[in-house]
Amino acid sequence: MIKLAAPFTEEHIRALKVGDEVLISGVIFTGRDAVHKYLHEGGKLPPGVNLRDGIMYHCGPVVMKQDDGTWKATAAGPTTSIREEPYQAQIIKDFGIRGVIGKGGMGDKTLAACKEFGCVYLHAVGGAAQVLAECIKKVRNVYLMEKFGAPEAIWEFEVEDFPAVVTMDAHGNSLHKEVFAKSQAALAERL
Amino acid sequence: MLPIQISGTAARHPSHVVKIDAGIPKPYAIPSSMSELQNSLLELVRRTSAEIPDDVNQSILASLEQEKKGTIAESALKIIDQNIQLAKRKSQPICQDTGSILFYVDCPVGFDQIAFEETAKEAVKLATKKGFLRQNSVDSLTGKNDGTNVGPGAPTFHFHQHRSPEVSVRLVLKGGGCENVGAQYSLPNEKLNANRDLDGCRKAILDAVLQAQGKGCGPGILGVCIGGDRATGYEMSKTQFLRLIPDRNPNPELDKLEQDILKTANELGIGPMGFGGKTTLLGVKICAANRLPASYFVSISYMCWAYRRQGITLDAVEKIEKWLY
Repeated sequence: MIKLAAPFTEEHIRALKVGDEVLISGVIFTGRDAVHKYLHEGGKLPPGVNLRDGIMYHCGPVVMKQDDGTWKATAAGPTTSIREEPYQAQIIKDFGIRGVIGKGGMGDKTLAACKEFGCVYLHAVGGAAQVLAECIKKVRNVYLMEKFGAPEAIWEFEVEDFPAVVTMDAHGNSLHKEVFAKSQAALAERL
Repeated sequence: MLPIQISGTAARHPSHVVKIDAGIPKPYAIPSSMSELQNSLLELVRRTSAEIPDDVNQSILASLEQEKKGTIAESALKIIDQNIQLAKRKSQPICQDTGSILFYVDCPVGFDQIAFEETAKEAVKLATKKGFLRQNSVDSLTGKNDGTNVGPGAPTFHFHQHRSPEVSVRLVLKGGGCENVGAQYSLPNEKLNANRDLDGCRKAILDAVLQAQGKGCGPGILGVCIGGDRATGYEMSKTQFLRLIPDRNPNPELDKLEQDILKTANELGIGPMGFGGKTTLLGVKICAANRLPASYFVSISYMCWAYRRQGITLDAVEKIEKWLY
């Protein structure tokens, strides 16, 4: 198990390889379908959101307002990342993201961007909304809430020991490609 | 709640039976305080969202035993197991995507379906306010999410009348990740070399398993319908999720196909979350419907491990009488 803590420097990120299990600590920002489309179309990041050397989490959490006016993330697992494939490479390049947390893996364009710009894909366990919400120690802020609604907003989380597996590294390797090729070959033998 | 005098088999459910007197339906009065039915449905939603049914839990624990120790597949299943326990203890959603809300209601003749829908929608709104459901329903034209989970087509109701006085309500919450990997094949399919027979169905179903890998939060459960039209095929494939994981299909041919696909899929090495490993599927459930001579659809719905399905029967005052899973 590798501790991956902020700042997420290029050096730390390039040292990771496919199959590494990591525990992430620091500030991360959520972003999913609406945010990716918005940024890809030239939308501006709201003041306060800094993705440079940062991590973007493909997540639409359940967040409840507490009596004291603060927010609490009560369910926050990853959403399927492949939907962001048309946009992700550009966003990694433009905003200097070092890590993308999601599930299901991404395609060749993102894999190439990870290699070129020094970024990794961090696979969290899909559906594990409670275990992952427990790792969110603080909801620091929310952006674009009015525009996109709660699941699609940008949430700023402070996380501690958030578990994920590196499934696409900054050297062109993808566990998803590997497993797909092997399973496709295994299926061909059984038809 | 004001009792309405009625007799016969429907008498067990006074509030939902509208007696027609001289052609004028008696209005169903929605009480200002929460009705017993609303209370029962709220609890059904809460429990469905927070607690995995026992048959699914047992199946996940068995797959955890089978995975090779020290692999990322085992790690993933351990997190899944922890998550199931934590969600139940905290009474919080197992998965943040609380999914499409699918009600399956078996009811007697005379049951007021309109009143049930109205009450269920209120229960859904309340469950959303309480955080048992995410604000999960978006206007497809404007992109707006009004935060209620109620709108055109949401939630979805399937009513089925029967001649018993019993009212049972089953609920499935099906997330978007697994819904997106559902697939419908029209046979013959030249690319898969799949003809209009059970072997062709097998090829289509296994192709869907291959394509779904990683994206649908495995280990998954397949609901399949062979035949039907495009709409009923998908609809019936989803009703297969009302079956218990260890049950066996009474039709020997379908049973054989279910067992074969389960075994074959688990030999492909896709594993939990597509990380590689032994458990790709926990179950396969297949039904068949008549088709037109011109059509041959195989409709496949995929359910993620976060298999949220519960059910209740209601007693005479619409309190929960018993849990069905």
